[in-house]
Amino acid sequence: MSYYEQLTESRQLDLSRAWTAFTIQDVRAVLRKSKLDTMDYAALLSPAAGHILEELAQAAHDLTVQHFGYAMQLFTPLYLADHCVNHCVYCSFSVTNEFQRSKLSAEQAAAEAQAISQTGIRHLLLLTGESPQATPLPYLVDCVKAVKPYCSSIGIEVNPMDTEAYAELTAAGVDSLTIFQEVYDEDVYKSVHLKGPKRMFKYRLDAPERGCRAGMRSVTIGALLGLNSWREEAFHTGMHARYLQQRYPSTDIAIAVPRLRPHLGGFAPRDPVRDRELVQAMAAYRIFLPRCGITLSTRERTAFRNRLIPLGVTKMSAGASTSVGGHTGCNPDQISQFEISDERSAAELCEDLIQRHYQPVMQDWLQLQPPN
Amino acid sequence: MEDVWKVGNRTLRSRLLLGTGKFRRDSLIPEVLQACSAEVVTAAVRRLDVMGGSQDVTAWIPEPIILMPNTSGARNAEEAVRIARLGQAAGMGSWVKIEVISDSKYLLPDNYETLKATEQLAREGFTVLPYMNPDLHAARQLRDAGAAAVMPLGSPIGSNRGIRLKELIGIIIEEIIDIPVIVDAGIGKPSEAAEAMELGAAAVLVNTAIATAGDPVRMAEAFAKAVEGGRLGHLAGTALSSRLASASSPLTGFLREEEGSHELL
Repeated sequence: MSYYEQLTESRQLDLSRAWTAFTIQDVRAVLRKSKLDTMDYAALLSPAAGHILEELAQAAHDLTVQHFGYAMQLFTPLYLADHCVNHCVYCSFSVTNEFQRSKLSAEQAAAEAQAISQTGIRHLLLLTGESPQATPLPYLVDCVKAVKPYCSSIGIEVNPMDTEAYAELTAAGVDSLTIFQEVYDEDVYKSVHLKGPKRMFKYRLDAPERGCRAGMRSVTIGALLGLNSWREEAFHTGMHARYLQQRYPSTDIAIAVPRLRPHLGGFAPRDPVRDRELVQAMAAYRIFLPRCGITLSTRERTAFRNRLIPLGVTKMSAGASTSVGGHTGCNPDQISQFEISDERSAAELCEDLIQRHYQPVMQDWLQLQPPN
Repeated sequence: MEDVWKVGNRTLRSRLLLGTGKFRRDSLIPEVLQACSAEVVTAAVRRLDVMGGSQDVTAWIPEPIILMPNTSGARNAEEAVRIARLGQAAGMGSWVKIEVISDSKYLLPDNYETLKATEQLAREGFTVLPYMNPDLHAARQLRDAGAAAVMPLGSPIGSNRGIRLKELIGIIIEEIIDIPVIVDAGIGKPSEAAEAMELGAAAVLVNTAIATAGDPVRMAEAFAKAVEGGRLGHLAGTALSSRLASASSPLTGFLREEEGSHELL
């Protein structure tokens, strides 16, 4: 059984009806429980829970401090290439957008990694568009080996792969995998992913599980909020995380909360997610899965990111650039995958964290394999 | 006589060991240390920037405090051994707290892998303090493998639930008499630290309860006092334990006397 079967089963639940039936008392009863089941989780995402958002936020805060203390892990994205064979209606890298595509050489990737390492951040997230032709596995392995001397932890956010390919990457030094399902509703999924291998819903859905099997230390999943009803998407994301947590106890499962931002294609979110709804989703994740990592990107604006810090976030991207070569300026034709709303440098973000009495953690893992 | 205890060849006075992972800022650590007089501090090797960056918790741990690097993040014995060696190579001394956890949900340690790592690192000359599930057989095996102490958990790490596994820890304290038993994890309040000490633990290791307190410095002081109080209580002997421990039979000794006199008759 893969999560696909569980997802299919959970579609039988009449969630919209359940959500309207929950009362504030129901939600408060859930907040008093120490172990939550599926319907408890649904209650946390209900409109009734939205009425007592402060109570949810406080519970989420307390659980986060209990399990993670005041430590905030920082990482920096490094875009290797913007080649992409998919047509996703919401993304600037979509194959239908005409622009000069670029791809870093392994040496240029090393230079970017070195520039990032100057900020003190030791966690890198390597990203590409999705093009197995332009950025095949051997290319990724070369890049991993090239950046390795400049960091202590390497994550990848690339096209979904087979277990064997993931295993090859972990052997090369990758320790974490980020792959977003984008949207858990299969019909909506098909309507926003119009062309390319990304249309294979199930292959993507099972990718995080393949990453766990391949020995990734950490796997981050997420729905791109704004493509479908946020309640439904948050529900399935949480259930997916729990599914992985139960089956792969040695992998740290984390949830990211990306929210759709403006981009080159001009796609407006179909189901815009308000700030308070994002907060509710995040608090629900934390209360349902107290030990799950929660990742926050620079898609969100600075002031809002600062407000979210105590609500359950455990990892933040810092000093981000969403374009290829953005850390060294080696690529004059930069196109950003999405617009960054938090332009702070790593040092400025650290300063803000310290002011809020949080400890920025620049390194939380180390390479155990000898360098190449 | 001064109440001291020993780990390996080091004699210690303080029975409170301090964890460092959850503070708002590392610069609090010296104040906390001063408030509680801890002599041993543990820090995760994985957070130490071996590449020589600015972030280094060890800078906040003054001499003569003993730094006990831990292998947090290790999922098996092999990773724990590599992390311990990296810590030593980075100048963190020869003490090591073994943490082997391949369960990201409850963070419960894997006794089998912990034993394998302990065997290896003890052979290499490390002073090994394994964090463990309170299982008597595992504790005996760890002792035999060369552990300098055993550190059973009171409750799942970070749970602040107190000494939920009191019965099992009590058994380990009773049976493992040649090396110290340190209660590590789960202690949420000073009173629970006192409880562990009353039970006869050699020491306790505390992180979350101090690091995430409203006033960590004051909480550290409270823990130090609670540990001291619990220890004194243990030494004084609670009513029941002192009665059991007395060599003679204060209540029935007279029978022997009577029986003796009867025999004379």
